[in-house]
Amino acid sequence: MIQLNVNGKPVRLDVDPDTPLLWALRDTLQLTGTKYGCGQGLCGACTVHVDGAPLRACSTPVSAVVGRKISTIEVVEAERVGQAVQAAWRKLDVVQCGYCQSGQIMSAVALLRQNRKPSDADIDAAMSGNLCRCATYVRIRAAIHEAARSLA
Amino acid sequence: MREMNIENLSRRRFLQGGAGLTLGFCLPSLVAAATAEKMPVATFEANAFLRIGSDNTVTVLSKHLEMGQGTYTGLATLLAEELDADWAQVRVEGAPADAKRYNNLLMGPIQGTGGSTAMANSWQQMRQAGAAGRAMLVAAAARQWQVAADEIVVEAGKLTHPASKRSASFGQLAEAAAREAVPSEVKLKDPKDFRLIGKTAKRRDSADKTNGTAKFTQDVQLPGMLVAVVAHPPQFGATVKAFDASKTRAIKGVVDVVQIPQGVAVLAKDTWSAKLGRDALVVTWDDSAAFKLGSDEILARYKELAKTPGLVARKEGDAAAAFAAPAKVVRASYDFPYLAHAAMEPMNCVIQLKPDACEVWNGEQFQTVDQGNIAHLLGLKPEQVKLNMLYAGGSFGRRASTHSDYLLEAAHIVKAIDGRAPVKLVWLREDDMRGGYYRPLFHHALEAALDGSGKLVGWKHRLVGQSIIAGSPFAGMMIKDGIDAVSVEGAANLPYAIPNLLVDLHTPSDIGVPVLWWRSVGSSHTAFSTEAFLDEVAAAAGKDPLVLRQELLAAHPRYLAVLKLAADKAGWGTKLKAGKAGERRGRGIAIHESFHSIVAQVAEVTVAKDGSLKVDRMVCAVDCGTAINPDNIRSQVEGGIGFALSAVLHGEITLKEGRVEQGNFDGYAPLRINEMPRVEVHIVPSAAPPTGIGEPGVPPVAPAVANAIAAATGKRVHRLPIRPADLQA
Repeated sequence: MIQLNVNGKPVRLDVDPDTPLLWALRDTLQLTGTKYGCGQGLCGACTVHVDGAPLRACSTPVSAVVGRKISTIEVVEAERVGQAVQAAWRKLDVVQCGYCQSGQIMSAVALLRQNRKPSDADIDAAMSGNLCRCATYVRIRAAIHEAARSLA
Repeated sequence: MREMNIENLSRRRFLQGGAGLTLGFCLPSLVAAATAEKMPVATFEANAFLRIGSDNTVTVLSKHLEMGQGTYTGLATLLAEELDADWAQVRVEGAPADAKRYNNLLMGPIQGTGGSTAMANSWQQMRQAGAAGRAMLVAAAARQWQVAADEIVVEAGKLTHPASKRSASFGQLAEAAAREAVPSEVKLKDPKDFRLIGKTAKRRDSADKTNGTAKFTQDVQLPGMLVAVVAHPPQFGATVKAFDASKTRAIKGVVDVVQIPQGVAVLAKDTWSAKLGRDALVVTWDDSAAFKLGSDEILARYKELAKTPGLVARKEGDAAAAFAAPAKVVRASYDFPYLAHAAMEPMNCVIQLKPDACEVWNGEQFQTVDQGNIAHLLGLKPEQVKLNMLYAGGSFGRRASTHSDYLLEAAHIVKAIDGRAPVKLVWLREDDMRGGYYRPLFHHALEAALDGSGKLVGWKHRLVGQSIIAGSPFAGMMIKDGIDAVSVEGAANLPYAIPNLLVDLHTPSDIGVPVLWWRSVGSSHTAFSTEAFLDEVAAAAGKDPLVLRQELLAAHPRYLAVLKLAADKAGWGTKLKAGKAGERRGRGIAIHESFHSIVAQVAEVTVAKDGSLKVDRMVCAVDCGTAINPDNIRSQVEGGIGFALSAVLHGEITLKEGRVEQGNFDGYAPLRINEMPRVEVHIVPSAAPPTGIGEPGVPPVAPAVANAIAAATGKRVHRLPIRPADLQA
């Protein structure tokens, strides 16, 4: 049994310690907002926050996050930066297929927590680990600026 | 409008929770075109697009897949416009598979989403459905209030009778409206009265897709469901000779291992256990029937083939005569690799088998084809196969599989376990990348003849590549005299006024790599060869690339307007700001028509000394008829530019001895945010019926970039993706 803290709640999981956090979230805890895209930390679709920092859940074994605070897209609206990012994403209609967007939003929230006024270059650096095959990048940049303005 | 037949499904079949209006609405099921003028009065079948609940929700049923292109929003916009609904009360639901009700009116008898046809084929249909609903609400209000129907005003989901100061919401009237007769005729709005069309209705899927609640196939969980991960053969056409599953079966969570025609499937209680189970499998493959060529060898064969005449796709004048004694001949050839769609959601499918029925959950793009293929495999009738259409995490054509490949794989698995559990087939990224159904590899050879005055008098274009359509349900319709229409689209219909023109095609049939439509299909390569080559011709003729295009398109005012808009907005002819020391900068233009929309792109690029390329800015002009949702048009073009640039800068699937060399996003790299240029999209105002927008932004991007590179460096790009080594100073 593995004990984790997910979205503010303690949970006990009957999974192997090597199981990637992604599959524990999706298949065991039914938190399906976090997506599988590559399994190798190449696309960022599985981005979650661990102690507030962005982390690729597909290549992180559950044993590595025991005792740490894991949060997923499902609770992003609970705090101010998350709300601002979601609102900006909706205002600018960033999404297309939407599959990568949980990961994009988690990365964007982490960026804005650290840097309240990111430049385009800051955004590119923080977001280049998150692939979007629909290439919604123009709007991701604009939405992060929009969220930054609303948080100012 | 023309005669139509509408029936009220509320009385017949549905009573949504005992209350509300479900509008069944009938149109000819076999119309050849989407315009009312062309709609024949044919057989009438019920089909339902609209429900109004007593809770005041307006639910629009979408017959088309939402895979990112904004179709849910677009279809709902059309219906809500004529219904005069409040956009905030509108919800969208995927329609079930039902070819009779939900045909794509531009695909004959086929229900499916593709060819950028969703808006074009629904333009009349969805507005009529909305107008009929509005008329029934008005009739119900008139009856209740004892007033004349024409004194009732409908606006933003509310009916009012100003004289008596009475009003009611759609929800309040839904039940009464359900008892009204369906109008035999409806009048559609004058476009000047549009409140939603052309005004940018917000996407209906933004909320769900920003909080993790949007449901994709990958997210489906059914009681008792098993997850299947399959060991696929390393070469196309190889089969299982033997396998040893003893280690697999020892893995916790693994429930079963079954052999299917596509390989060996490991079924487990969860995805990770299934993956571990597959990793532990020992499979011996029989490669006696496998395709074993490498992509270099395929290309070498194509180049040989290109030395001989192919089947003629288009002939104008006398090309041979034009080339007999030209003042100048320009020749170039272009090579295009296999490309994977690489949607962010790898292919997957959930399937449940019952004694006389089968239910499927899928990002369902090709209902008729999939229903038929699954039914055939399982010994069911098509109507016994229920398809649930979920959001697709991208597709770019991949989920419209001509052979239902991954769906049949899932069906084989559930059949192999006698349907004792629902199965979710999960392709891991590597399965998806190596699973075939690629944009076909193509080789193009072009020649142009110029006369003594520099006039373009002859054009020969030879294409070599596999057919997408051969062996598909579309073969009868789209292959004529051996020519697959999508192999030569964009080449055979070249719009330029060239008196002598010959386009011919070789279609090798012995290449065992499965191929499929990839966003913009034939135009994904023909736009490049024609538009990059035209710039080579312009250089040989000593003409500005824009001026040459304008001369050759003099008979095409739509093209000219698009060209002008793009050129003006991009500042064509003005001097580009110089780059840093050693950097070379250039601007290039290209124009292409696909799916009845015309798009021009102007690219600005910077090429560094080492040959590395940065696309700085793309300025786009588009004519896609009536702009139903200008913001979505911009969004699709922005995304189309990024999608196209992936293939310009990185995209290439290569084979070695028949084995695909790429497996994940390291070897096959889609564009990342730091590579995304600034983008401007300009829309040509138009009152014509809407045409496609999901795909048409893509084709002119690559040639515009190549032409910009040539302007910057003098180097012509003859193969994609672009290698920095080709551009070194």
